[in-house]
Amino acid sequence: MISKWIERFAVAAAAAGTVVPAFAADSKYNLPPPQTIIAQEIYDLHTLIFVICCVIFVVVFGAMTYSIIMHRKSVGHKAEQFHENTTVEIIWTIVPFLILIGMAIPAAKTIIAMKDTSNPDLTIKVTGYQWKWGYDYLQEGVSFYSSLATPREMITDNSPAGYEKRKGYANYLLEVDNPVVVPVGKKVRVILTANDVIHAWWVPALGIKQDAIPGFVRDTWFKADKAGVYRGQCAELCGKEHGFMPIVVEAVEPEKYAVWLDEQKKKTAANAAASGSMDPKAVYEKYCVACHGAGVAGAPKLGDKAAWEPRIKQGPETLYKHALEGFKAMPPKGGAADLPDALIKATVDYLAAAAK
Amino acid sequence: MAYADAAHDHGHGAHAHHPSGIMRWVQTTNHKDIGTLYLIFSLTMFFVGGTLAFGIRAELFQPGLQFWRPEFFNELTTMHGLIMVFGAIMPAFVGFANWQIPMMIGAPDMAFARMNNWSFWLLPPAATLLVVSFFVPGGAPAAGWTIYAPLSTQMGPGMDLGIFALHIMGASSIMGSINIVTTILNMRAPGMTLMKMPLFVWTWLITAYLLIAVMPVLAGAITMVLTDRHFGTNFFNAAGGGDPVMFQHIFWFFGHPEVYIMILPAFGIVSQVIPAFARKPLFGYASMVYATSSIAILSFIVWAHHMFTTGMPAAGQLFFMFATMLIAVPTGVKVFNWIATMWKGSMTFETPMLFAVGFIFVFSMGGFTGLILAITPVDIQLQDTYYVVAHFHYVLVAGSLFAIFAGTYFWLPKWTGHMYDETLGKWHFWLSMIFFNLTFFPMHFLGLAGMPRRIPDYAMQFADFNMIASIGAFGFGLSQLLFVLGVVKCARGAGAKAPDKPWEGADTLEWTLSSPPPYHSFETPPVVK
Repeated sequence: MISKWIERFAVAAAAAGTVVPAFAADSKYNLPPPQTIIAQEIYDLHTLIFVICCVIFVVVFGAMTYSIIMHRKSVGHKAEQFHENTTVEIIWTIVPFLILIGMAIPAAKTIIAMKDTSNPDLTIKVTGYQWKWGYDYLQEGVSFYSSLATPREMITDNSPAGYEKRKGYANYLLEVDNPVVVPVGKKVRVILTANDVIHAWWVPALGIKQDAIPGFVRDTWFKADKAGVYRGQCAELCGKEHGFMPIVVEAVEPEKYAVWLDEQKKKTAANAAASGSMDPKAVYEKYCVACHGAGVAGAPKLGDKAAWEPRIKQGPETLYKHALEGFKAMPPKGGAADLPDALIKATVDYLAAAAK
Repeated sequence: MAYADAAHDHGHGAHAHHPSGIMRWVQTTNHKDIGTLYLIFSLTMFFVGGTLAFGIRAELFQPGLQFWRPEFFNELTTMHGLIMVFGAIMPAFVGFANWQIPMMIGAPDMAFARMNNWSFWLLPPAATLLVVSFFVPGGAPAAGWTIYAPLSTQMGPGMDLGIFALHIMGASSIMGSINIVTTILNMRAPGMTLMKMPLFVWTWLITAYLLIAVMPVLAGAITMVLTDRHFGTNFFNAAGGGDPVMFQHIFWFFGHPEVYIMILPAFGIVSQVIPAFARKPLFGYASMVYATSSIAILSFIVWAHHMFTTGMPAAGQLFFMFATMLIAVPTGVKVFNWIATMWKGSMTFETPMLFAVGFIFVFSMGGFTGLILAITPVDIQLQDTYYVVAHFHYVLVAGSLFAIFAGTYFWLPKWTGHMYDETLGKWHFWLSMIFFNLTFFPMHFLGLAGMPRRIPDYAMQFADFNMIASIGAFGFGLSQLLFVLGVVKCARGAGAKAPDKPWEGADTLEWTLSSPPPYHSFETPPVVK
């Protein structure tokens, strides 16, 4: 009977080795199908270590199960009183150590490959906001925000009909108004920061997850090998809407990418023109007045000479810097993050002039 | 006056003259009373935290927002974590330490009996602060139990209550630990050298040192959050020259040893239970002591494996990956030792043994997923997903909690003088085991397939496993009522009278005392050969 058990364990162990790669198709039991070299390496590392763990599990718990069945008082087994055996103890310390080295070597190679953000074809700056993502294509001068596209009523509808609607809804919670579009086969360097709290930009199929940290810049990279739409989510708790700031990356053929880029450039230009049509006074009345109107949190009031004088003495560059990057209670750009720098500077001049 | 009476009575060996009613418990300096208080407190908080878990699993039963606003959901996950870690698991082990350490080393009581009372009575106010935070404007802390800045600096006054609660609980832990270290190092019976101490005592000695080392670090981290919130400092605010990632470094320098604080005493309990029911000495006593110490030392150099996605340099990732993987070696030594102890024993499977064997089996699965998570590239994929949730519940529920159950059933006959209801105990074990796996095993799949943790609603492809997990969670929670029933029955004397040594293979000093033990035991120290 016992030999049969052992035989079954051996079969199970062998099966674990062959079955695991079979999960590679889009599976709800495993990592999503990898779409980049790095994601593939992560996938293979996970499979390797999982199989090793399964084998160890079967051996160790096979022994334990055997002991539980055979060495019980109810079957009349008498306890032997042996303990301590230096040889055995050395073996079960050294062998796991060697297995670990076997795991560490391929893992170390992947770590180094993941860190290599050199020579990108394209650089995208990702900014985390509570609760949406901002994207800037740095060389191309394209900027946009990307928010959840699933309607709120769809999420909060508690009627039985609402549940049915969600079930039939494609990409529930995983769709955005403006996806990130990248060309297939190009190395994309992603640099990340955040505006308020820590977020994390995660696209499982591309094998990248990187925290976006306010005040700091981090980078990572990916190269999508196949055209497709890859979906992910914010992976660092960032407040109440944390579950509702998805990420969608569309990898397209270079020609399609060029067309998309063209459209985006026009849109960005139109946006700039729209904000360009705002004059500093309009900016003040829309954004700055909330604090600088009443002197909230130590903000100098518009036209308050006494308050402005020492500040103006610091020189316009300091004032610009504080306005653009934030200072004490003041958020960067006074919270008007999408306005061009030049307009912010002009608004600073307007405020300073009013106090002279 | 009372003091004089007690001193007077002491000479005559009569010790019944302590206050009765509620004041007995408020004023007690007796290690057994205080142990009981800790255990009751812990059980209460276990059910409070469990209720919050019910709230979480109810919301996640189906996609969509059914019950809670997202911000309240975040309060539930945060408070579930804080209450279970600081209110349920840690005080439970301190309760065991209070009851068992003096009896196991042949000491009459803890070294600092009055401080012992104070350590315990700090906890109820702290727990009250935590629970009250739900009712202040803005609600309870909702930044996760890790209270990462700068999210935690955004919260309402509930966060301040949480911070004060943690400060108080930390002070309680530090005092408790100093007491335990002093007791173990100074009050052992003649002849009991360090290397003759029961393993439960060893693991607690090491745990107490870990607590003394890291609780002040946590206090520092949360104090900096507090001053960032209210006094204009910028420790974690980049706009003022601070660094949000520094919070994580400080937090996890506390947080990783904390993980071992919650598991080492569990190792100790299992190391007492397995030999007792295998009727065979622990296979490698010395190597168990060395393995425990190695785990404790390694726990100080692995903290940043919680932070692989923050973007540290490759050298940092490599170092923390290698160090973390090393922990598998001493942990493996422990598992191998337990199995070698069972090997060729003469085993019986009463409830404590069931929970201990269940512990080895399921805890090891948590160990394996821990190893998988140690591999940096894989961790980057799985960080902050349900895979991590599955992993730490395998080590904290199937690990710490199952060991607490094993220990409770093991020592209940000694503590109460009555046997617990074995049938009820076995039902409790099997239902817990099945529902535990039903709850947490599917979470591995959810994490692999890409479900982030701490979200109140999820995409459709995660619906099936979430429903299974929720059903499992309700079953697991309700099964724990059997535990309460079993303990209450036993404490009220429903079971058979317990002999001094109800377990054939048990050989530590507490079993030489009567069941229940006298209020003051080992006033004349036993001699250990």
